[in-house]
Amino acid sequence: MKELEYPFDNSYIMKKSKSLKKALLADGSDRIKKKIAVLGGSTTHDIIRILELFLLNYDIEPVFYESEYGQYWQDAMFPSDELKEFAPDIIFVHTSNRNITDYPTMDDDEAAVQAKLDNTFKHFETMWHNLHELYHCPIIQNNFEAPFYRLMGNRDGYDVHGRLSFVNRLNLMFSEYAKKTSGDEGSFFINDINYLSTCYGLDAWSDPLAWHMYKYALCIQAIPTLSFNVANIIKSIYGKNKKGLVLDLDNTLWGGVVGDDGPDGIEIGQETNLGQVYLEFQNYIKAQKELGIVLAVDSKNDEENALAGLNHPDGALKPDDFVFIKANWEPKSENMKAIASELNVLPESLVFVDDNPAERAIVTGQIPKVNAPEIDTPEHYIRILDHSGFFETTSISEDDRKRNEMYMANRKRTELQESFKDYGEYLKSLEMKAVIAPFEKMYIPRIAQLTNKSNQFNLTTKRYTPDDIEKTANDSNNITLYGRLEDKFGDNGIVSLVIGKQEGDELHIDLWLMSCRVLKRDMEFAMMDSLAKKASERGIKTIYGYYYPTAKNKMVKDFYSLQGFELVKEDEAGNKTYKLDLTGYTNKNNVIDVETLCAE
Amino acid sequence: MTREEVFEKLNEVFRDVFEDDDITVTDATTADDIDDWDSLEHINLINAVEQEFDIKFNMGQIVAMKNVGEMADIIISKLQG
Repeated sequence: MKELEYPFDNSYIMKKSKSLKKALLADGSDRIKKKIAVLGGSTTHDIIRILELFLLNYDIEPVFYESEYGQYWQDAMFPSDELKEFAPDIIFVHTSNRNITDYPTMDDDEAAVQAKLDNTFKHFETMWHNLHELYHCPIIQNNFEAPFYRLMGNRDGYDVHGRLSFVNRLNLMFSEYAKKTSGDEGSFFINDINYLSTCYGLDAWSDPLAWHMYKYALCIQAIPTLSFNVANIIKSIYGKNKKGLVLDLDNTLWGGVVGDDGPDGIEIGQETNLGQVYLEFQNYIKAQKELGIVLAVDSKNDEENALAGLNHPDGALKPDDFVFIKANWEPKSENMKAIASELNVLPESLVFVDDNPAERAIVTGQIPKVNAPEIDTPEHYIRILDHSGFFETTSISEDDRKRNEMYMANRKRTELQESFKDYGEYLKSLEMKAVIAPFEKMYIPRIAQLTNKSNQFNLTTKRYTPDDIEKTANDSNNITLYGRLEDKFGDNGIVSLVIGKQEGDELHIDLWLMSCRVLKRDMEFAMMDSLAKKASERGIKTIYGYYYPTAKNKMVKDFYSLQGFELVKEDEAGNKTYKLDLTGYTNKNNVIDVETLCAE
Repeated sequence: MTREEVFEKLNEVFRDVFEDDDITVTDATTADDIDDWDSLEHINLINAVEQEFDIKFNMGQIVAMKNVGEMADIIISKLQG
């Protein structure tokens, strides 16, 4: 919904929240339900009200638990039955510098200040540990905004007695904690209100009226800014980040029109002011690519001119940085759909970046839910893209970083496939090797990410947090398998997951998914062979598979039939139960060389 | 801006905030007259009124306001000042 995309109008959202909510609930989107506990050190009512809107807009339907006013610590340390029963999926701790109770005084020596610092940190750390023990769910914790006054002026930032110095040091300790726990359980995230309040303007943010009148730790106007930031973290945890940028060229990546002005006439590089702005933007985009954001070009140009522009010696982006370059005279929405389909992603997972409002309108009109930010003028491009939170990074896996390489390799595969008449011969020529093994600790972030991202080749569409994955893997009743596929063009990384629960001599498949980047490579057969083998070793005789239809997983509606299962039940909603007798199971994969690793 | 115009705009704000197109406020309207007008919605209302008229109430004014009429008085004095 446009009203909820950056740069949004804070007061409009505050005023119209009720009608916005109605409109969101009526739009027919398929939403995942999540329980969010908000533990506040100040008033949280409107923060929750607005957070709900942003989450609904991200196709997450939240249910909230709200602590009594200011009771964040009590709720975390001595949880009420209500909170226990609520069993949160996410905990958001909304505290601020108003919750720091023991600031240094001028009489304190350095050791005394250090002790105050340690105590304040411990107050929070103890709470995080307790919450983790109790709920095993992601925790989102505010850091601290800078104080709105400085007793000593500039000295406040470095004198050991300064409140600003104290807050800065605390923030550093929070960051260290987040760094330490990230990747480990991956379930602690900082909501950086220090940065947010700076962007917003600290004096406005810290409006004492809001505190003394209503006990809000930020001004009322800033609430959407805060809630949006929290929503971005949450949607990222649930794998709802965008995957790529689809970029226009003329007046988006450089100034001028390459077809008219020629490659020598466009503005890019250090020579002109405008050229510098575009270069900074190109550098920003290139840095995104290194984080694993897929880049593609969608431009009304002759390809030859587009390439000449991208080969400009002073530009940062080169043709090789893009997985696809669609430079032609087709409608941009068609190019965008083609790019999405060739990448095997949904078009709405790509962000359309174009300076021309008319082109943006065509794309958003033709492709529902696609984002086409109003990037305004070149000097604002970076801020608007950046603050939109499309790529909020709650975890970085190796696979993310290599994504561009993988898509490049896919392109080469397609070229190779076209040279073969027989598909089986083509598969053999890929020289595929797979590793199929029980879940391993180091892969937990990627595994959790896959369960949240995969929509199409996903039989049950169950979502897991890293904590859930760890618990599942540690439960000896479960068979867990991940599959990693490599071929002569490159490593696809972890692309398939299976979780089955043993009950006596039966196995029930809770999760079966595969990344669409390895469709039609027989990887699903290799996974089934490994699952059958593992199951037989445990004395399992029958495997039950389940298919739960969603708006996106039609592709696998006959998956279990293809795997040789027999349909035993289908209900009105189209939920199907299948079973497979393992007696006499014969392996189905003969094109992938599989290495099976043992547990741990 | 005349007092009538101020009330016209206030009506719009109240209707938006409480999502109820039947609301018509008068000088005597108080929180007791509108179902959803509790202390939490009051914050939102004050904020929306400030935005609409591009003014800022100070704390003393917010605390002292007894009804919509007094709110309108303050708005008019701010707009004139």
